[in-house]
This record gives sequence, C-alpha cells and structure tokens, in this order.
Amino acid sequence: MKENSTIKSLDPRITRADIPKDGQLSIDIKPLDQWQTYEVFHQEKKGDHHSHVGSLHAPNPEMAFLMAKEQYARRGRCVNIWVVKTSDIFTTNFEDEDMYTTNDDKMYREAGGYKVMDRINKYKKEHKKKEAVK
Amino acid sequence: MSSEKNFGLSEEQTKAVKNLILRMADDELIIGHRNSEWTGLGPILEEDIAFSSMAQDKLGHAQALYNILHTMGEPDADTIAFTRNEKNFYCCHLVEYPIGDYDFSIMRHFLFDTAEAVRFDMLTRSSFQPLANLAKKMRGELKYHTMHANIWINQLGKGTDESHIRMQKALDECFPLALGIFEPSDYENVLSESGIFDGEKLLQSVWMDITAEVMEKSNLKLPDLDSVTPSYGGRKGFHTEHLQPLLDEMTEVYATDPTAEW
Repeated sequence: MKENSTIKSLDPRITRADIPKDGQLSIDIKPLDQWQTYEVFHQEKKGDHHSHVGSLHAPNPEMAFLMAKEQYARRGRCVNIWVVKTSDIFTTNFEDEDMYTTNDDKMYREAGGYKVMDRINKYKKEHKKKEAVK
Repeated sequence: MSSEKNFGLSEEQTKAVKNLILRMADDELIIGHRNSEWTGLGPILEEDIAFSSMAQDKLGHAQALYNILHTMGEPDADTIAFTRNEKNFYCCHLVEYPIGDYDFSIMRHFLFDTAEAVRFDMLTRSSFQPLANLAKKMRGELKYHTMHANIWINQLGKGTDESHIRMQKALDECFPLALGIFEPSDYENVLSESGIFDGEKLLQSVWMDITAEVMEKSNLKLPDLDSVTPSYGGRKGFHTEHLQPLLDEMTEVYATDPTAEW
C-alpha cells in the first residue's frame, strides 16, 4: 500500500522520505512559524567599513550569526560580521526619495563642483616631468 | 620501507598511527556522508546551507587524513574511501545511524563534533608532525562547528515543550552510541608513550565535562555514565546494520568505473 502511494526517486533520500504521491503533506504552517529576518553586514579587512551583504531568517541574533557565517562568509575574505534585526532598522520611504535630490544650481556644494582639478592635474604633470628628469 | 615514509616511527608506532588516523578518517567520512543527506531537505534554507557546508568540511577532514595515510605508503584517498567493505571500516556506531529527525541529527552533530574538536586540540601537541599540523589548520573550522552545535542544543533544549522532549530523547538515544567514539584501541599505550596521542580515556573525560556543561545550560539531563553500555565494536570492524547499505550507496557511482577520471 505504502509502496505505491509514495514518491520513488533516483535520489534515495527522496524515496526514504515517504512523500505521498498526491503531494499532500500533513504539515500545518502557522503565521508565527516563520522566523524574522536579520540584515547581515560583513567586514573584509580589520578597519574597513562593514558592508551590507544580504538578509536571512533566524529566531535570535545568536542564530542569525550562525546562519550569516555560512550564508555570506563561506567564500571570500571576512574578518567580522554584524547582524541586525531588520525591524530595528529605521528607514525612510521611497515616496520621500525626492528629498535626496540636489538642485543643479548648487553644484558648489558637491566635491566635484570645485574648480581645482585643472590646477591639480597641472601640478601632477609638472611633478612627473621633474621626476623623469631626475 | 624508507624511514622518511615512516616519519622516524618504529614499526609498532607506525601501525598505531595508521590505526588512529583510519579511525578518525572513517568517522569523518561517514558522518560527512550522513549529514550531507540533509542537503536540500534541511528544516529551513539557511540551516540547510550551514549544515551541508559543515558536512562538506567533514569530507575534507576525511580526505586530509587519508592523504596522510597515503604519504605513509597506503593507497590514495579515493581508493581507501571507496573500496573497503564494512569489516575494514573503523568508524564508531554513532556516525552510522540514519539521519532520523533533525533532533537526532543535531544531537549527534553536537556529541560527535565536541569529541572531534577535543581530539584535534589534543593532537595539536602531537609528536607526529603531520597530525599536529593538520590539527592546527582545522582549529577555526571546528570552532564554528562546535559553536553551531552548542547554539542549536541550547535553542532546542530550552525551546518549546516538544523541542525539549525531542532533544532529551535524542540525547538518551545518542549517548551510548557516542561513548563508542572512545572505544580503546590496541595501541593506547604506544600512542601515549610516544607522545602521539594522549588516549581515548582522557579524551572521553574532557568530552564528558564539556557535554555535561552544555546539557545543563540547555535544561537537558545527561544519562548516568554507569547506567549505559557504550556501543563498542566499530573500532574493530563490527558495525550496525546501517553501515553496509550506506557504503553501497556511497560507492555506487565510483563502482561503475573505478578507473574513471573525475
């Protein structure tokens, strides 16, 4: 009876799991069964800024770290990890995006607006020449 | 055999070292294979990835240990891993059992990895350099493995009524099997006298202290040592009914063409 009603697979683990062929699993998922999300920040080198690498599910910060380590620091360099509950992050709305725009006529407030690059480039050029002469 | 191949060990010491490494490597290979059975079936995606990654680490440990045997004149890692039958395997019974439910697998992971970490810590001071070097290299990886195990035991031991009951049952089930990790070999004296390894007895007592502490913090009750019979035999080639089917499954692809280049 059981033989015919469960999924047979080339993957022996699936066969062993006795999954009904009709796909009806007797699992009752309630709203709070889902863990909250945490945001993960990693640091590649001591002294570097931590940068956001993604999010994950965990029931508490300790376990969030456990998951973060394998999720985001398994490959590549990492010396430190921060995990922060997503709900603890205060964020602005995208509807208010317009408050971040700077009007074109205020270029002098931006670093790129300073008209010194010509002078810097001139100095660099001269300096290089001198080095070459030496 | 040249003395170089034997790292300056006597014949008896060589036998002892090979036996020790084979026991350790077989444990790693079988637990790694078992735990990898959770890949794709883990309780949640994040844990699935973490547990699978650690299973892969275990296979890496097995390979590194088999490689040491290879430098001592034994066949290469694949041949040792995939061409023996159960009588020639020296893993303990704990690692052979099917994965069961996640409570069983997590409890086994804790009990095994705690012993593994203590064993490798002891081996960082081994007079046999290849083992000492490997042990030092594995320190960071094992730190994460044991941290993962400790946090899960604590989380589930103190979680809900159901998780607590399940973890206690898993502990009662795993404990006698875990004691089988420390089944003494015929070489205990040789190993400790030559400073290669301080022995299963010491390992077990350190393991007991750590295990007792973690279980107490997790509201779980460690069975009385005198009330259980350790599951011995694995270290001598006597196994549970679960090992041979696992070996058959594990070597199924390899056996189709042992000479194939992968």
